[in-house]
Amino acid sequence: MKRPKRDVAIIGIGSTNYGEHWSCGLKDMIAEAGLKALQDSGISGKDIELIIGGSMSSGMFVGQEHTGALFADYMGLNPKPAIRTEAACASSSVAMRVGYMAIASGLYDCVVVGGAEKMTDVYGSQATTALAGAMDRDSEAYFGLTFPGVYALIARRHMHRYGTTREQLAMVAVKNHLNAMHNPHAQYHIRITVDDVLKSPLVADPLRLLDCSPIADGAACVVLVPASKARKYSDTPVYIKASSQASDTLALFMRNDITVMNATVEAAKLAYQQARIQPKDLDLAEVHDCFTINEIVSCEDLQFCKKGDGGRMVEDGETEIGGRIPVNPSGGLKAKGHPVGATGAGQIVEIVEQLRGDAGGRQVAGAETGLAHNVGGSGSTAVVHILSRNKR
Amino acid sequence: MEKAVAFHWRGFRERYGLVGSKCDHCGRYFFPPRKICPSCRRLGKTREHRFSGKGKIHSFTVVRSAPDGFEIYAPYIMAIVDLEEGARVVSQVVDCRPDEVDIGMPVESCFRKIREENKSGLILYGFKFRPAK
Repeated sequence: MKRPKRDVAIIGIGSTNYGEHWSCGLKDMIAEAGLKALQDSGISGKDIELIIGGSMSSGMFVGQEHTGALFADYMGLNPKPAIRTEAACASSSVAMRVGYMAIASGLYDCVVVGGAEKMTDVYGSQATTALAGAMDRDSEAYFGLTFPGVYALIARRHMHRYGTTREQLAMVAVKNHLNAMHNPHAQYHIRITVDDVLKSPLVADPLRLLDCSPIADGAACVVLVPASKARKYSDTPVYIKASSQASDTLALFMRNDITVMNATVEAAKLAYQQARIQPKDLDLAEVHDCFTINEIVSCEDLQFCKKGDGGRMVEDGETEIGGRIPVNPSGGLKAKGHPVGATGAGQIVEIVEQLRGDAGGRQVAGAETGLAHNVGGSGSTAVVHILSRNKR
Repeated sequence: MEKAVAFHWRGFRERYGLVGSKCDHCGRYFFPPRKICPSCRRLGKTREHRFSGKGKIHSFTVVRSAPDGFEIYAPYIMAIVDLEEGARVVSQVVDCRPDEVDIGMPVESCFRKIREENKSGLILYGFKFRPAK
């Protein structure tokens, strides 16, 4: 990838709370997140030139496709052009990245990006079926594999190879639930213990219910402008230092080593090069913990520790707020919630709040640089963004 | 998600007979079959290959929260199997209890019912694996 023609900044963020929003439909959530982002940016709707919205499976969750135009419509932004992006649980990180490219290339000066998912209008088994579309349907889902099953296969192998313990997996959930206590956007405000995780029902051995991120509704939006114009709109702009993406096989079993997500490894390498920083320069990270094992695997693949050391890292408290590299101060997908199409944009919202110093009880003191890592499927898409409050 | 007959019909060979492909240029095996070898791309020469069905368990889980159509089988064992030719598949493991399965365990393929489609009444078959005899 070449250097961008110009740098890009975030001047506004908006998010719904995550949870089971029985009184809100997809359109209501899009409108809420979009309006909040526009209000936060101080920009007027007529200045918006392009809308990019991610949703994973609105067709199967609510029977609604064509959500690009739907985003524009319900944010009140017609006739501005709108694009839908889809990359399973990484859908809105891809929206963010496409918005970044639209501005970095010089084609547009003001872009709203975001994502939304309405998951609770269908029954649990239908939601499971929709989510299974992120794996290889013909060779994985066909035979009865589920998403918890996919990550259980990774967990079993990781435990076998590196000695990662069942308790270490639980500690990821305990930490993320603790962080979510201070996040008003979070689905859960419930403290849990390692014992609670170990006593929760098995979903796919060795993973238990409290290892899994929940089904959620939610939407999140971000307003992007060229870095050179950011100060015109905002006293606290946040700059995008890197935006990278990589792909891997849809099917987990086709990979040489199922304990490594090569798409994460590649996207992370590219991101550190673009941002010209090392992993040790990060003050915090939002990491894709759809299941507890994936926070451990991802911390390794993002080079926060050496391969196989992710379990020890959480056990030693290095990923807590106040630790060496706080991971998922928002509560992560596990406790903040995982409305799949909104998750990536929601991670960006969290990092911006942290870098602005607006994160309240979960604030990482003095945070200047943060990383967002979002995965689609079992690691078939990985997107990494590095954000900083420093322009240079 | 229910699918029309053509979807199942065109997958018969691959799912009934564990048929994948081999690239004669680099020697790699693939399941399901691939027309393009990702290592050799344009230089690749892929042809059909019927796997022996012998392999070892690479990783496994027990699915307790089953998707639509699999409820009556739950809990069931799912495993990634290292086939002796070098490719892998993911499959149910049958004819044994979850506490009898382990990484490295030798297994062999067998022909079994996968599930029934509710509305069309189709009965879907394919391979599963069992402990090697």
